[in-house]
Amino acid sequence: MIATEVSAFGEILLYIIGSVLFVLLTYFGSWLFRPHRPNEEKNTTYESGEDTVGTAWGQFNMRFYIVALLFILFEVEIIFLFPWATVFGDAQLIAETDGMWGWFAIVEMFLFIFILVLGLAYAWGKGFLNWDKPEVIPPKVDTKVPDQLYDAVNNRY
Amino acid sequence: MEITTFLFYLPFLLTFAVVGIYAERKIAGFIQDRMGPMDTGKFGLLQTIADVLKLLMKEDITPARADKKLFPLAPIIVFSAIVSGFAVLPLTSGWTGAGAQVGVFYLLTIITFDVVGILIAGWAANNKYALFGAERSVAQLISYEVPMGLCVLAVVCVCQTLDLQAISFQQGIFAASAGQEESYLFGIKALGIEVSQYGGFLTWNIFRAPVLIPVALIFFIASLAEANRAPFDLAEAESELIAGYNVEYSGFKFAMLMLGEYGMMLLMSILMAVLFFGSWNTPLPNIGGLPLAEWTSGEPGTLSGHLWGGFWILSKALVVIFFQMVVRWTYPRLRVDQLMIFAWKYLTPASLVLVLLSVIWRMLMI
Repeated sequence: MIATEVSAFGEILLYIIGSVLFVLLTYFGSWLFRPHRPNEEKNTTYESGEDTVGTAWGQFNMRFYIVALLFILFEVEIIFLFPWATVFGDAQLIAETDGMWGWFAIVEMFLFIFILVLGLAYAWGKGFLNWDKPEVIPPKVDTKVPDQLYDAVNNRY
Repeated sequence: MEITTFLFYLPFLLTFAVVGIYAERKIAGFIQDRMGPMDTGKFGLLQTIADVLKLLMKEDITPARADKKLFPLAPIIVFSAIVSGFAVLPLTSGWTGAGAQVGVFYLLTIITFDVVGILIAGWAANNKYALFGAERSVAQLISYEVPMGLCVLAVVCVCQTLDLQAISFQQGIFAASAGQEESYLFGIKALGIEVSQYGGFLTWNIFRAPVLIPVALIFFIASLAEANRAPFDLAEAESELIAGYNVEYSGFKFAMLMLGEYGMMLLMSILMAVLFFGSWNTPLPNIGGLPLAEWTSGEPGTLSGHLWGGFWILSKALVVIFFQMVVRWTYPRLRVDQLMIFAWKYLTPASLVLVLLSVIWRMLMI
């Protein structure tokens, strides 16, 4: 049992090493073929063809932290649920306890999930799940064409 | 000691990326009523090969203000995190890959490293587009990770194991010979109709426990978001963010990020085939004197078992990928607020309810 687990993770290690080596190999391969003629213009940071203003390493929106916190809350929940999911429906244990085992484990876990759903509901009620919506500003154009004509075209197509 | 599946999955991934990009452009052309690539080779067949050669010959530019150490590291992390996910996927009935007991749990964990790679890629480039793209991408990936994890959990509740090969064996005619419990029609034991002898689609997880059908749908949506594909490709919105986190990458570093994306598609599709659509088991059931299931699936470990198993699992995965491509060219991109609301207010509560339902369904199965 332990030996097969070790060899299983050995294979996983093989995957990790193999894929890293593969990427390094392709880096080396393209290094053999590609030209290397850098100049100052070429090495500037791309900003739609304008000269770059400032650096990108600055502040960013707080909301990303809240999403990360919510994510951690639920990932931890899922981590706790996985081991439970493999045992609650064990046929042998259920037969030995005359069905008690399964229902007891389920009720226990439903309580756990319920508490976490309360957390989600709290975040929902506080509005943390709402992202900034773009404000749609209809453009105003100074034109002699009446609005109905535009509407007629829009409705037709 | 069997040969590692790495020797199959890595070359298959590379071939798949070449063929898949061509197929995607042709499908896009078909859907948008145009030809797609036509110039390079007959019907444009050599187009992707020409693209790969171009990427190989392209000058590799590292911006002067980028972080010189982290910049080349990011594609390595993204690519190896995704390829490592393939380790636990079974390929045929006799070719298991890494038979770790924690199977699918490991898979969910390792592909999360993809997020780290993307954040490094966006930050190291020191480019505003790249950083915004990476932030959006990370927020999206971790948000959709939650419904996806819950969908996998629903399947684990029904199957009672994390080992993907055991989940595969449960969904076919070899359940009893592999020491797995046999299936009953729709998973309801009270009906008393044992379907493991018939095999075929009747033993697939979506028929063993029909509660898993909506779960499969949510998993498909979440897998689109995990692979950064339309309608969830905000991270690389061409018109707003000029390809997002990989804007500063060129040459083969870009190719590796692209390959990672296609690898994620393939990984998610194979995982979906394993979890819901019977893995390497045949879709044809035994009907009375016509043992179609036995004809189309060789004994585990034999050559015909390998060939049939590989054929079924890969064709199922490729059908799922076809639908991913059709979805990409059919639906418009979501707005960022719609994206987050969809994950947290619709998919997460829905998948929580489905987990509870599949727990109860499991009690019907024993």
